[in-house]
Amino acid sequence: MKFSTDHEYIRTEGNAGTVGISTFAQEQLGDIVFVELPAVGTALKKGDEAAVVESVKAASEIYAPVSGTVTEVNEALNGDPGLVNSDPEGNGWIFKLSVSDAGELDDLMDATAYASHTAQG
Amino acid sequence: MVETDNLLKTPLFDLHTALGGRMVGFGGYALPVQYKGIVAEHLQTRQSASLFDVSHMGQVTVTGPDHATTAAALETILPGELLSLKPGEMRYTVLLNDKGGIEDDLIVTRPAEGQAPDGILFIVVNAATKHNDMKLMQAALGDKLNFALHDDRALIAIQGPKAVDALARHSDITQKLTFMQAGPATIAGFYCHVSRAGYTGEDGFEISVANAHAKQIAELLLAEPELEPAGLGARDSLRLEAGLCLYGHDMNADIDPVTAGIFFAIGKRRRTEGGFPGADTVLKVLEDGPAMRRVGIRFDGRLPVREGAELVDADGKPHGHVTSGGFSPSLEAPIAMAYLPASVAALGNPVTAMVRGKPVTGTITKMPFVPQRYVRTLS
Repeated sequence: MKFSTDHEYIRTEGNAGTVGISTFAQEQLGDIVFVELPAVGTALKKGDEAAVVESVKAASEIYAPVSGTVTEVNEALNGDPGLVNSDPEGNGWIFKLSVSDAGELDDLMDATAYASHTAQG
Repeated sequence: MVETDNLLKTPLFDLHTALGGRMVGFGGYALPVQYKGIVAEHLQTRQSASLFDVSHMGQVTVTGPDHATTAAALETILPGELLSLKPGEMRYTVLLNDKGGIEDDLIVTRPAEGQAPDGILFIVVNAATKHNDMKLMQAALGDKLNFALHDDRALIAIQGPKAVDALARHSDITQKLTFMQAGPATIAGFYCHVSRAGYTGEDGFEISVANAHAKQIAELLLAEPELEPAGLGARDSLRLEAGLCLYGHDMNADIDPVTAGIFFAIGKRRRTEGGFPGADTVLKVLEDGPAMRRVGIRFDGRLPVREGAELVDADGKPHGHVTSGGFSPSLEAPIAMAYLPASVAALGNPVTAMVRGKPVTGTITKMPFVPQRYVRTLS
């Protein structure tokens, strides 16, 4: 699993990536009440706004950690957005994409680097 | 973590951080936005009770020779009916500018019998506006009355249906006050000024106490089983459900109290007599009806519609905007307050808001969104 400085994670198998927000990010946002999912088929460039996570407090944009095309979205979040809080890196994933440039993954942080990034705040 | 070094700290700062409060900057002060979570703290308040630190708000003592003189002088700048205030009574009103716009909303309290010399009134004002309020009040009345801003006093709010049970174990003041009444109390041996008021729509109390004793009072109350600490996040969602205006959001210096739907801030006698800043404008709006009205909206679905969102008419043209909006933890639905042209501001009318370029539909709904539970008679 790799992490962006904006607190998205991406888990890859081959060129299939699963994207969500980190445990740290969901703790910061607090109670999630709505997730605006991207449309399947959307072509995203790295850094594009892909989804919006709404907490009680505020709306937060979720950016594509790498370029790719959205292949699937987590429909379960429509009924239970709280999954992002309870299981952010598991059942609370947000969308899947086919990674178009695997080289971009090298720009992201591994878990150790991300832990140090969040510790610095 | 938020850098709190440049922010003012209330006497409860150390207690907030010890209790795990996530501190943010608010009105120049470092205050907790939440502890466990906004929804949990919100529901705790509605079901039992919560303790909020509202020490950032301004506590002002106004001193004049006697009640009639002090009240009459204040009535020249506030449209509330203050002359008729009885000892121990509180009144919600507004500080207006010459155009009838709201400079601040505030609560004036006449001390209880024997609590303070006759001629003294207490005023609680908003944190962000307190220094401007002082300037305006002193400029207008400084030669007649003395105004003192008490940075030496903290303000602790306990709000929720069981707040009364928690406080009753420490003071019999709970048996003396109904909603919008105040009086002195001794809690843990310390002098406190207690009012039965708040801004959550629930029964509750606000306790003004010297800074030096605030932490002890807060810890004493938090040890009660009914009470948990709550932050600014829950305070905001609670007051929105209660349909209560927040200064700087739902009202400002360009909005008059009639348009804001808080005409109860203008005393009945004052509506015929006038004699307050912007009276001509305000009384004309009262007579003719405002062009815009503050309304409550319940939106369909779950997407929160927040402050600043545009409301559009049937042709898609903007005709209003949301001034407070969010997700109601009690109703599990998005709710908002907004200004709309009076011609379309009737209950039950459909509303369309634009969020990130997409229309979100809703309905104009009666406020408060959640019933208020003030205690108006003592059992």
